[in-house]
Amino acid sequence: MVRFENVTKRFGDNQVCEDLTFTVAPGEFVTLIGPSGSGKTTILRLLMTLERVTSGLIEVGGEPLSHMPRGGRTVPADEKHLRRIRRRIGMVFQQFNLFPNMDVLRNITEAPVHVLGRDKEAAEAHAMELLGMVGLAEKAREHPSRLSGGQQQRVAIARALAMRPDVLLLDEVTSALDPELVAGVLGLLREIASTTDITFLCVTHEMGFAREVSDRVMMFDAGRVVEEGPPESLFGEPGHERTRSFLRAVLDRP
Amino acid sequence: MEPWKWDLFFGSLPYIARGLLVTVKITLLGSLLAYTLGLLFAVLLRARVPVLHLVLRAFVEAVRSTPLLVQIFVLFWLMPQLTGVKLGAETTGVLALGVHYACYTAEVYRAGIDAVPRGQWEAAAALSLPRSRVWLGVVLPQAVPRVIPALGNYTISMFKEVPLLLAIGVLDVLNRAKEFGADNYRVIEAYTMAGLVFLVLSYPASVLVRRLERRVAHS
Amino acid sequence: MSENFDFLLRTVLKGLPYTAGAAAGGIALAAVLSFAAGLALLSRSRGVRLVSRVYVEGFRGTSEVVQLFWIYFALPVLVGLQLVPLFAGILVLGLNHGAYGAEIVRGAVQSVPRAQVEGAVALGFGPVRRMRRVILPQAVAEMLPPFTNLFIQLLKNTSLLFLIQVPEIFHQGELLRPRFGNELGTIYAILAVLYLVLALLITFVMGRLERVAARRLGRKAAGRNGALAAGKGV
Repeated sequence: MVRFENVTKRFGDNQVCEDLTFTVAPGEFVTLIGPSGSGKTTILRLLMTLERVTSGLIEVGGEPLSHMPRGGRTVPADEKHLRRIRRRIGMVFQQFNLFPNMDVLRNITEAPVHVLGRDKEAAEAHAMELLGMVGLAEKAREHPSRLSGGQQQRVAIARALAMRPDVLLLDEVTSALDPELVAGVLGLLREIASTTDITFLCVTHEMGFAREVSDRVMMFDAGRVVEEGPPESLFGEPGHERTRSFLRAVLDRP
Repeated sequence: MEPWKWDLFFGSLPYIARGLLVTVKITLLGSLLAYTLGLLFAVLLRARVPVLHLVLRAFVEAVRSTPLLVQIFVLFWLMPQLTGVKLGAETTGVLALGVHYACYTAEVYRAGIDAVPRGQWEAAAALSLPRSRVWLGVVLPQAVPRVIPALGNYTISMFKEVPLLLAIGVLDVLNRAKEFGADNYRVIEAYTMAGLVFLVLSYPASVLVRRLERRVAHS
Repeated sequence: MSENFDFLLRTVLKGLPYTAGAAAGGIALAAVLSFAAGLALLSRSRGVRLVSRVYVEGFRGTSEVVQLFWIYFALPVLVGLQLVPLFAGILVLGLNHGAYGAEIVRGAVQSVPRAQVEGAVALGFGPVRRMRRVILPQAVAEMLPPFTNLFIQLLKNTSLLFLIQVPEIFHQGELLRPRFGNELGTIYAILAVLYLVLALLITFVMGRLERVAARRLGRKAAGRNGALAAGKGV
């Protein structure tokens, strides 16, 4: 579903991703872990086309993401191509990024109506269904600022799902939440992961969650994958010194 | 010579009131033009269309760095020569003030747009909203309320610059006061009344805008 | 370029001393008034605050052109003294922009962190010393960029003095209009360039001052974007 081929990303002199090559299968749940600044979030931002690769190729569903074929050659993608392929990808952000000028329901229906061209009633019905699933049906007409952080993040998840994405990117979605709200959001994600065939790429510091839901965990350091594997083996018997010291550091946290 | 004549002071009011209608009309139309054109400038400048961007940037800088009076005269005397269209004094005034202030409101809108958090753009991109929806549905509804006080300030400022148009014969507050003064061989009362009219309207307006500013800052 | 260009340029340039003089005089007066009225706005005495408030709101609330007409045409009737046009112009430019400047000074003084004042109090500084030694040096660095905008605005408004027959550059341009009606483009271009050059001069001098003020605070002067990005006094 997702393929990175020799992807490098630099910000000025700062190399954030170095010659990355990996693939993610359809329906797979992949968690990216590693110290901050190791390039995990950049991977998600590259996939969402919020950043452009410095070199290399990214494919989503067999189609090049940052490039497109034209006359037998691949050229940098234009806005139209980006927009079309972006529809297959959804993202949930650390800071929720709900639109403060819209109520909860409109936050969810805005894109289905104006991007996918669904009719308003169908979009609202679907949105209500999703809100019911995230347990916030009664908040449909509330203003986002009146919701708790956990509720806002559930709305953001519903908003991403409303686009029926093939790939869902989760960028430290619980980092900005109060500790008591984290479990609810993670539970919701666990449920979505087990009941849909969406492909997940997840950046998180919640190791318990990662261990439980992931099909595969990738450990990043300094823009490279130092180790990857199923969660049992990576958490159980990490093969790399960087992984061991990282896990020791995060798991020691109270 | 008598230092002050109350009858002339009050007698000038009906006369000046007629000028006030003109001044207010020009201010409102000029503001409308400045608000819409400024927004257009701001969005276009952000779009960074290669050549247009440079031309617009230069135009805005040129307008901002030369006196309004020069611009009024350019529109009133030079434009008809170039285009063959001779506009009336009031229309020229609306146009001059509107375009002049658009170059200032463009900056206001820019700041308002910049103040919309990056996350909002990214979320809109993540939902693949088309560009028109990103602007109309997400960015502008957040940016515009924030800039309303600043726009209000420019309207007040414009109101006080309308008297410049007497140089091209617009019968505004000051020009009416001048006429009234000429008829009575005394200007002090009429000019004082003209000053008061501006104060009485623009002071409460600016207090209102300041209050609005505080409300926007707190929301 | 037209064959009359030299003549047009020479005629307009005759007004330059008046424009420059009006701007310089207006800026000097506005600066003095800004500090006096701005500090008065922060005075402990209610009476002092009130007087300053009336001045500031009075001049900000009315139109500069009306003020010009009032001082030049109306005031002489009251006091029986006719002002020289250039002098009346400098007076109005200074009074009007001084009122806007007062708010700049007040805002800058108030923006100095409370901790600074407390530090000065803890050192036993009296109010005057606090203001002169601690608050103003920091506040001045804050004030200079908005003052640059204010002074450029003042420079542009010297063109109003044409309305009271001061022979400044805009007035000179107007003298040429009847005879050189088909060269208006050249005339207005000359005017625009002259205003631009004078504005750059102001920006340059103020930039120097900014650097001095910043260095005294051990900071770097903030880069200004667009030499002429003048805001409107509102």
